[in-house]
Amino acid sequence: MNFEGEHLFPGQIGHFFVILSFIAALVSTVAFFTASVQTDPNQKSSWLKFARNAFVLQVAGVVVVFTTIFYICSNHLYEYMYAYKHASKELEYKYLLACIWEGQEGSFLLWTLWHSVLGCVILFRRKLPETSIWQAPVMTVVSFAQFFLLMMILGIYFFDIKIGNSPFILTRNEINAPIFSQPNYLSFIKDGMGLNILLRNYWMVIHPPILFLGFASTIIPFAFAYAGLQTKRYGEWIKPVLPWTLFSACVLGVGIMMGGKWAYESLSFGGYWAWDPVENASLVPWLILIAGLHTMVVYKATGHSLRASYLFAFLTFGFILYSTFLTRTGVLGDTSVHAFTDAGKSINIMIGMFVAAFVVPSLVMLIIHYKRIPTIHKEETTNSREFWMFIGSLVFFLTAMFIIAKTSVPVYNKIFNTRIAPPEDLEFSYNKIIALVAVILGILTAVTQYLKYKDTKRGYLLSKILVPTLVSIALTILLGIFYPFTYFKQGTGFLGVIYVAAFATIYSVVANLFYIWKVLKGKIINAGASISHAGFAMMILGMIISSSNKQVISSSLVNGITVPGSKDPMTKQQDDPRENLTLIRQLPTRMGEYEVTYQSDSAGHEKGRKFFKLLFEKKDAVTQRVTQSFHVDPDVYIMKDNNMSSNPDTKSYLNRDIFTYISYALNDDHNEDTSQFKIQELAEGDSVFYSNGFLVLDKVTKNPHNDRFNYKATDVALMAELSVTTKEGKKLKAYPVIEVDQLGIRNVDDTLYAQNLFVRFAGVTDKKIKLGIKESDKLIDFVTVKSYVFPFINIVWLGLIIMALGLLLSMIRRGDFKTWQSALIFLLGTAGLFYMFLLAN
Amino acid sequence: MLVGIAALIVGMLAYSTDFSTYDTVSSARNKQGTFVHLIAKLDKSKPVEYDPINNPNYLSFYAVDSLGAQTKVIYHNSKPADLEKSERIVMKGKMGADHFECNDILLKCPSKYKDDKGQLQKSMVEQTSTN
Repeated sequence: MNFEGEHLFPGQIGHFFVILSFIAALVSTVAFFTASVQTDPNQKSSWLKFARNAFVLQVAGVVVVFTTIFYICSNHLYEYMYAYKHASKELEYKYLLACIWEGQEGSFLLWTLWHSVLGCVILFRRKLPETSIWQAPVMTVVSFAQFFLLMMILGIYFFDIKIGNSPFILTRNEINAPIFSQPNYLSFIKDGMGLNILLRNYWMVIHPPILFLGFASTIIPFAFAYAGLQTKRYGEWIKPVLPWTLFSACVLGVGIMMGGKWAYESLSFGGYWAWDPVENASLVPWLILIAGLHTMVVYKATGHSLRASYLFAFLTFGFILYSTFLTRTGVLGDTSVHAFTDAGKSINIMIGMFVAAFVVPSLVMLIIHYKRIPTIHKEETTNSREFWMFIGSLVFFLTAMFIIAKTSVPVYNKIFNTRIAPPEDLEFSYNKIIALVAVILGILTAVTQYLKYKDTKRGYLLSKILVPTLVSIALTILLGIFYPFTYFKQGTGFLGVIYVAAFATIYSVVANLFYIWKVLKGKIINAGASISHAGFAMMILGMIISSSNKQVISSSLVNGITVPGSKDPMTKQQDDPRENLTLIRQLPTRMGEYEVTYQSDSAGHEKGRKFFKLLFEKKDAVTQRVTQSFHVDPDVYIMKDNNMSSNPDTKSYLNRDIFTYISYALNDDHNEDTSQFKIQELAEGDSVFYSNGFLVLDKVTKNPHNDRFNYKATDVALMAELSVTTKEGKKLKAYPVIEVDQLGIRNVDDTLYAQNLFVRFAGVTDKKIKLGIKESDKLIDFVTVKSYVFPFINIVWLGLIIMALGLLLSMIRRGDFKTWQSALIFLLGTAGLFYMFLLAN
Repeated sequence: MLVGIAALIVGMLAYSTDFSTYDTVSSARNKQGTFVHLIAKLDKSKPVEYDPINNPNYLSFYAVDSLGAQTKVIYHNSKPADLEKSERIVMKGKMGADHFECNDILLKCPSKYKDDKGQLQKSMVEQTSTN
């Protein structure tokens, strides 16, 4: 059959270039490898040249593929499954890129694209003598990874086995529906499914690219470690890889915390970190990377810790692959809220092969070469810097192993057919360990830099560290007095641990600042490490403060509402406080120190989106004057079948955030109003009673022009102005309108929600107007919210920014950059980070 | 060295281990008061009770597991919007004498999964037949 209106050409182009890139990746892998083992310089350089061309061809192919998918999605070519599944016409332009990486295929492609960019940087900077030794083996690894990633989107059959899912498959080949038997089926498909509404957020545009750049960049330390073993230049790879490792640490760290900021800002998880398996899976490689970064620095300064550097470099990328396996094969199943779903058996097998093809050979090579990797047999002394740096790395590594061991429970369940489930208090089961880790790392990052490599005089350390120690103790005591932690949920023992952790992180911030000031004499360019340590500690401190003193202001406990029977019948303890509060339209409700009124709702310009305007007012206890007032507009998407998804809105102050989201906003059918309008005739000045008070018709205005209505002189509209006095003596106003146009008569009713009163301008008689009054027996408009106060959350984001800038600074200093390049990197980094984490929104 | 690391991890895990289990209604009844993960479905023949105006923190419904056993569930929180549409519910909480006291609900809903081919088929048919 010939189908009408299909555009098959882009798909053919796209698929051709997928296959071309795939073959080019395979060729460049083989060629780079051959070049790396060639001893004859002429042979080597000609293989290298060939390999480079193959790699560049692969890069060009990937760019074409990416552009083609973008073209298909942005032109809404729904004959392609990818566009049908991920794009839609109502989608704002900025989300067109986001719908590419919403799907498995697109996110693999994004990863491939970053590998291409990083590979090109390695090729482009080949002029440096050091890089040229490493180019062939390093690019072997990068090309090999490209081979696997492109295989995931290959979409060809090889003896009945389907290899990869092509993003260019046609809708009619994938779905069985009656319309596909008609040649003009495309005219029936009005729109695509569109981007998942949960993901329609500007973080979806920016977070995946940064995170994937972080993922992709971890291949460079892995590749250099491989090159170190392969070329038997066991220790020489450390120097060129250090700036790459710093880059990776910065980008991956920022990418992870962006996810946290996203979750905090726009998903209703009620926080920035939930120990969700998907979050953990990206955190674990970062922790190992940081461990590796420190052992590399130790090696460079002292010759210790080379073997550990190999292990950490291999494991970082290994765990990136393992987390890909966890999040993309559906193995996490019930334990995660945002993992990808199962992509089919063949993809799962390929992901498994991808993991195995990198992890197994690298570890085998490490074991084979282990004895030959140079090491210093003399143990580090306990008053040397390298000893404590190594301990720090070990703590990072152990923490990573602890987290991944817990996260992998669904994998054990699959393998051993067990049914182990997460514990009752998942967060606490992590936090109780992590709090201890924070204590150790805080103290280590505070003290270690005051030690010198090899050996430190005892008096030197004491004389330098004394002042910062005393200052930190004083600050912690002040914190305890003026802003005590109120996290009693886990008992006083844990509260004590929190205070110790707060001290340790304050200590680290203070000691690092002193170090920059006293030891480095304020030379910022050398202070990368101290800056990132201070930033890291500050971030953790911010987490400790904001989570310990987080307050649920919509909670029944805060608002003094006692819920009968809220004691747990089994444990006889006070149950979790009830955290939701229902706000009835126009009825001010107490929430913490605020009086909150649900004022109105309005439709967003996307289908099904609804905003709720909530007014928060803080009143002076004595004078009742409003001292503070602001609006928040949380919104929901209401889909068919009463499905709903919620986006919070946050009011940010410098020292705290007030975070509110809609937990329930569906008015069920049985809530429908059945009562009728009772019509009465009134002249201006007349009054009429209703069950809860009376109303007076003040006057009737023709074509009103005010803040509510905006009629022109040529319109035909009348507005009644009514004064309502309730039994309690409260005065309210109502303004129903009647208008006439070509289509007929239209009533714009007014509602006094708090009175359950509806008024309608029903018509006009000689001198009077017809006023309809309806008293509903149902409260029909309400919204249920949850509201939190996060204190000092900005410390978290500021700490992250400082850490990232410290890492960038170290990268610039250790890398080989021209001054203008350094300045550009630093300026762009600073601007981007401040904008994303503190200024935007 | 490696042994030491392994021992440390096991130690940390043991310290933090309070794993629970996935259970059915009857196995949860056998350990009343213990925290479990109950896997079941919404019983659509019984009423779902949620009146957010009177109490936004009280939801009750009936759940039936794959073996056909049934229990009343009480959840002191807001009603998850897609409860009625869910295919499977994972509930965390404790079984009491007459009901399951639930602390947290995880829903598996067909609509969330675009990658599910059956679901795509269904929505394609729906979309094109109404036009």
